[in-house]
Amino acid sequence: MLPLRLCVKTNNTKMKKILLLLLSIIIFQQAAFSQDAMGLINKVKSKLDKVNDYVAEGRMKTDVSFIKAPAGKVKVFYKKPNKFKLKRDGGISILPKGGVSVNMSNLLTGKDFVAIPSGDSKVGNIPVKVVKLLPTSENSDVVLTTLYIEEATSLIRKANTTTKENGTYEMEMIYGKFASFGLPDKVIFAFNTKDYKLPKGVTLDFDTNEPVADRMKNKKGRVEISYTNYIINKGVSDAEFR
Amino acid sequence: MWKLLQIELFKIFKRPRTYISFAAITALVGLIQMGLYIDGKSYVEFMLRDLSMSFEIEGNILNGYLVCYIILQLLLVHVPLLITLIAADLISGEANMGTLRLLLTKPVSRTEVIFAKFGAATIYTLLLLVWMAILALFVSMALFGTDDMLNMKSGYIVQMKSYDVFWRYACAFGFAALAMLTVAALGFFLSLFAENSIGPIVATMSIILVFTILSTLDIPFFNAIKPYLFTTHMIGWKGFFDVKVSEDNEAIIGSVQNLGKVLQAAGILVLHIVGLLIASVIVFKRKDVLS
Amino acid sequence: MTPIIKVSNLTKKFKDLVAVDDLSFTVQKGDVYGFLGQNGAGKSTTIRMLLTLIEPTQGTIEIFGLDLRTHRKEILRQVGAVIEKPDVYKYLTAYENLVLFLKISGAAKASKQKLMEQLDLVGLAERAHSKVKTFSQGMKQRLGVAIALSHDPQLIILDEPTNGLDPQGIADIRNLILMLSQKMNKTVVVSSHLLSEIELIANRLLIIDKGQKLVEGAAAELFDPAQTVIEVETLNNAQAIQLLEQSEWSAMLQPASANEIILKMDKKQIPSFHQSLVQMNIPVLSLQPRHSLEDYFLKVTTGKQHVEAFTN
Repeated sequence: MLPLRLCVKTNNTKMKKILLLLLSIIIFQQAAFSQDAMGLINKVKSKLDKVNDYVAEGRMKTDVSFIKAPAGKVKVFYKKPNKFKLKRDGGISILPKGGVSVNMSNLLTGKDFVAIPSGDSKVGNIPVKVVKLLPTSENSDVVLTTLYIEEATSLIRKANTTTKENGTYEMEMIYGKFASFGLPDKVIFAFNTKDYKLPKGVTLDFDTNEPVADRMKNKKGRVEISYTNYIINKGVSDAEFR
Repeated sequence: MWKLLQIELFKIFKRPRTYISFAAITALVGLIQMGLYIDGKSYVEFMLRDLSMSFEIEGNILNGYLVCYIILQLLLVHVPLLITLIAADLISGEANMGTLRLLLTKPVSRTEVIFAKFGAATIYTLLLLVWMAILALFVSMALFGTDDMLNMKSGYIVQMKSYDVFWRYACAFGFAALAMLTVAALGFFLSLFAENSIGPIVATMSIILVFTILSTLDIPFFNAIKPYLFTTHMIGWKGFFDVKVSEDNEAIIGSVQNLGKVLQAAGILVLHIVGLLIASVIVFKRKDVLS
Repeated sequence: MTPIIKVSNLTKKFKDLVAVDDLSFTVQKGDVYGFLGQNGAGKSTTIRMLLTLIEPTQGTIEIFGLDLRTHRKEILRQVGAVIEKPDVYKYLTAYENLVLFLKISGAAKASKQKLMEQLDLVGLAERAHSKVKTFSQGMKQRLGVAIALSHDPQLIILDEPTNGLDPQGIADIRNLILMLSQKMNKTVVVSSHLLSEIELIANRLLIIDKGQKLVEGAAAELFDPAQTVIEVETLNNAQAIQLLEQSEWSAMLQPASANEIILKMDKKQIPSFHQSLVQMNIPVLSLQPRHSLEDYFLKVTTGKQHVEAFTN
């Protein structure tokens, strides 16, 4: 699993330069408001900073149009600053490239991004502030991250990330018992999928003329992890991340 | 009847020909296993090339369950040949050898002879499948380990938990037994009409070959007749390796997507077996033994 | 006494071909019943009907006084048969074949010693555990006989048992049949296309041709010099037959193909018969008495076309 990297790489594009130039102008103009946004993000960060490490158990469900997968148990390990590992509890895992390993803390680790406030919105019934994060490093895989932050609780309710390699995915967080640590009870990743098709001659299926169920035609894939239990700040061995 | 069955089994297992089938299956399964053991990774990569563009797949993908599926997929099409070798020879071979007339002057009814011979063919078929299960499933499980099974169908991928696979194989082998018995019944029926075994063996194989091609061809004209070909139903064992999903597309453990269809296919095969057996009895009872 | 076999009006048709045509005969207990006919005369078809291999088109067969149709198993338990080539399972040994067929015959399990004795009877004890595919034709024939006898049947049916055997083999089979009949009191039906074989062993004979009965009777009678068969050739056979039919000799006329004159009489009557012919003004070309049934058999069944078949 590829954790989302915000570190420095050497990869240049013209587009990016222009975009950055434009953005810096906007940022400069809205410096005061931007300060607000950074403040909000720092609040979120400080909340997340309370967590040095955790081990969480959860149930993972994959919902991709062309995959029939049963839900499975997963175990998630985290350690500051950006070590993250999702382990399946036996069995085979089919996960969108890059996406699932993203967690909030490593999104916000480092300082190589610019935060742009982009107004108010709602996630469900919850009013949120929209903040766009632009990596300043030109060769980051992430092109743009949009965060939907609930101001009152400093919780990220939703995040949209656009990457160069793995497309765009969306994360929605639902909080419960562990809201005070900024840890969600449930994370829903949504991502775009490419088509899957094997030639019939290869598979010689029994029921070839069976139409794919309507709900399976949905091109958007989803992976849902429901956490049942967090063990926070009890120490996690580095061995778990290998 | 039991005595007659014993005698038929004795005859079958006294012939070298019988063991060719077991040796052939051993060799074929061994070859596939060896190939997959050495170069299974590229096979899996080929099967998953579409999927791995946007997904990370982790785990022991090429485990014993998948290997067994690959083996069955490749091999079950050819097992009818081995079944036919024995079944289509049961009557015609004895007619050719001249032993049929001696056998039928003994105080046994022709119906008993039919049932004993078909019973022996059934036992042979089942033993062949058991041997295949031992090699393809158990040996593969020992060689490649176990994990969830990914069934890569043409339209989608089915993931089954490792503890949700074994019973499917039990059912699949049961279904395969019905399919192979249909072949045995056909070969047996045709063996009534000839006085050498080559004719019925070739005839049975030709019928299966032509039907299988028609069943596989995806041409609208042939699609209309597919339901009437028994070969269409012979791959029904694959039906056990597809699962139902819940409203939010979560695979339901222990379910079968088209159980009704699979059972229907099994029913059609059973009807074929019973039909061919009844026809065999009728034909055989009226047959004048001139060989 | 109930006959062992009673065949009444037996007919078998294969599509248009009438293989057996309204055939009736009886076999008595203890008979060695010779069943004679050319190849294709219907012998095999008849024997196969006796053994339920072929279903009759018409007629009835009773064996041991029971209807074969309704008492098939009961009857076959008491019948042993060798039909043409005595084919057995080539991939099994002689002993295995014997055990296998004994099992199917519904007889009580025999001891190994008993089975070896039976193989010894046909001279195969030493080769008991050799695969049959290594056997010569004669050995297979003897094994076939051993199998036919293994369950101690009352009735033994042998269809062309000497086919393909050398003179020694033929003599062996002949002695075996005589022993079965004389010492073991079995009833034997033996078919052949060679009269010379049947002549020596049969006490009763049936000759068929084209599916029909030609002659049936006791061998003693048929071979009796007092029952000499005479063939007469005249300038006009049809007319001669007419005249003979009206004469005192009409009872002696034998059924034969048209234009053939065959009579049966005591040899001593030949001079007066000759005289009668002269008196009736029948222009005689030849008058040939036959000394054995063979000539008669040859004459009535083949019309001399296959003389070479009878020269051995």
